Amino acid sequence: MKKLIITHCFTSALLLLLTSAYAQTPKSGYDYLLPEMKEMQDDDFGNPGMMAVDAGEIQFSTTGKNGRSCASCHGDGASKLDTKHIARYPVYSTELKKPVTLRGQILICQNERIGGTPMKYASQEALQLEAFVRRLALGETIDVDVSGDMSPYYDAGKKLFRTRWGQVDIACHQCHVYHAGRTFRGQILTQGQSNGFPGYRYTAGKVVGTHERITGCLNNLRAEPYPIGSDEYINFEVNMNARGNGLKIDTPGIRY
Amino acid sequence: MQQMHQLPIFILLITLLSFSSTFAEEPASADLPYFDWKVEDFTIKQPLGGLSGNAKRGEAIAGNQSRGNCLACHLLPIPEEPFFGNLGPPLTGIGSRQPIAMLRLHVVDQARFNPETVMPGYYRRPEQLNRVALSLKGKTWLNAQEIEDVVAYLASLK
Ligand code: HEC
Ligand code: HEC
Repeated sequence: MKKLIITHCFTSALLLLLTSAYAQTPKSGYDYLLPEMKEMQDDDFGNPGMMAVDAGEIQFSTTGKNGRSCASCHGDGASKLDTKHIARYPVYSTELKKPVTLRGQILICQNERIGGTPMKYASQEALQLEAFVRRLALGETIDVDVSGDMSPYYDAGKKLFRTRWGQVDIACHQCHVYHAGRTFRGQILTQGQSNGFPGYRYTAGKVVGTHERITGCLNNLRAEPYPIGSDEYINFEVNMNARGNGLKIDTPGIRY
Repeated sequence: MQQMHQLPIFILLITLLSFSSTFAEEPASADLPYFDWKVEDFTIKQPLGGLSGNAKRGEAIAGNQSRGNCLACHLLPIPEEPFFGNLGPPLTGIGSRQPIAMLRLHVVDQARFNPETVMPGYYRRPEQLNRVALSLKGKTWLNAQEIEDVVAYLASLK
């Protein structure tokens, strides 16, 4: 009995040591896909996520009641958008005094600048616009700046990623940092990176963004999810995007 | 076009292997009250609520995706279940390696052995859990009878 306990303490200590020393090089969810799935993602006609991108493109040139569309400022087909800047979101807004996500910025333009049909953060239309805009930056390197004003939000997001959730009582990083690459019920765990979102989620059969994907994992953990667009999810996104700095934008990814 | 034909097959395949239903099904029947437990030397000596377990029922709980779902992470000798995970060690023969009182603590609260464990706490004190889904508030994942059944099953794996 004594021996057992000692072995237990020893393995636990060893596990703790190993896991805390773990440093992770970012790896895209794409790299874990089956070859057939990669092929499907790479084919614009076969990738079911492209339907959201196409729908977003139509929204982009739809005129609002201020007589303007997104295209009036950003060019036809968004030719004037800087794709490198898209890869920096979330960015700090000195006006709002908090980070703004890409979808958040799109909503500011849609609801205030062009006076379009008001869109909610959680709406399909906002998600489609985000998918279209982020797709423009396909292959662009993610480069979120979390210094200065952004740093408290990054830290808050990191804390959320390391919090145990729900009845299942496990934290995100335990699956997506410590166990990435291992099998969870016949499925390979990835690093839980956000570079493929908005993306097509097979298990849900629809396009989802980063916030909706976090809700998916929180539901699986039998935790109460936060509202889409909430400050908690924005902090999550700051941390998750920055954690993927150096990865290429992969929207719309095909993911589990 | 070829890609399009393959799509439904992929969807089927992925749905079959899906994670999404793994944890989020029906909660365990919750008519039993919560019984508190005490840890001594990495064991829980007393059966929860003084209940006695049934290994056969325990096997069903361990193998069932929407209940114990132990197979998500452990290899168990349940041949009908082809998919298992490898996050945790194989549990074949665990009953001859550890006393039943220690197996009980593993299932109740694995974090007592390893604070960073990825294994769920199946019977942690409800007030220690963070932001449990509103519909499940105050409940443990498995109830006391189910814990005792799973423990009896593990003890039977010689
Ligand atoms: C018990 C294990 C587990 C925990 C804990 C967990 N997830 Fe996941 N997560 C998965 C599985 C399984 C998938 C699907 C396969 C994959 O992409 O890893 C997934 C996928 C994801 C993805 C999609 C990654 C991609 O490239 O498709 C994101 C993002 C994600 N999780 C974020 C989170 C966040 C945030 C939390 C905490 C709130 C969390 N996960 C907690 C198991 C988990
Ligand atoms: C999400 C993953 C996961 C699930 C689900 C899970 N376990 Fe575990 N389990 C682990 C890991 C990982 C360990 C190894 C020690 C550690 O890291 O805590 C472990 C350790 C154990 C041990 C101790 C084994 C030893 O050799 O010391 C037992 C017993 C056990 N689990 C039983 C169960 C039972 C029974 C269930 C279901 C009711 C279950 N586990 C569900 C991940 C899991």
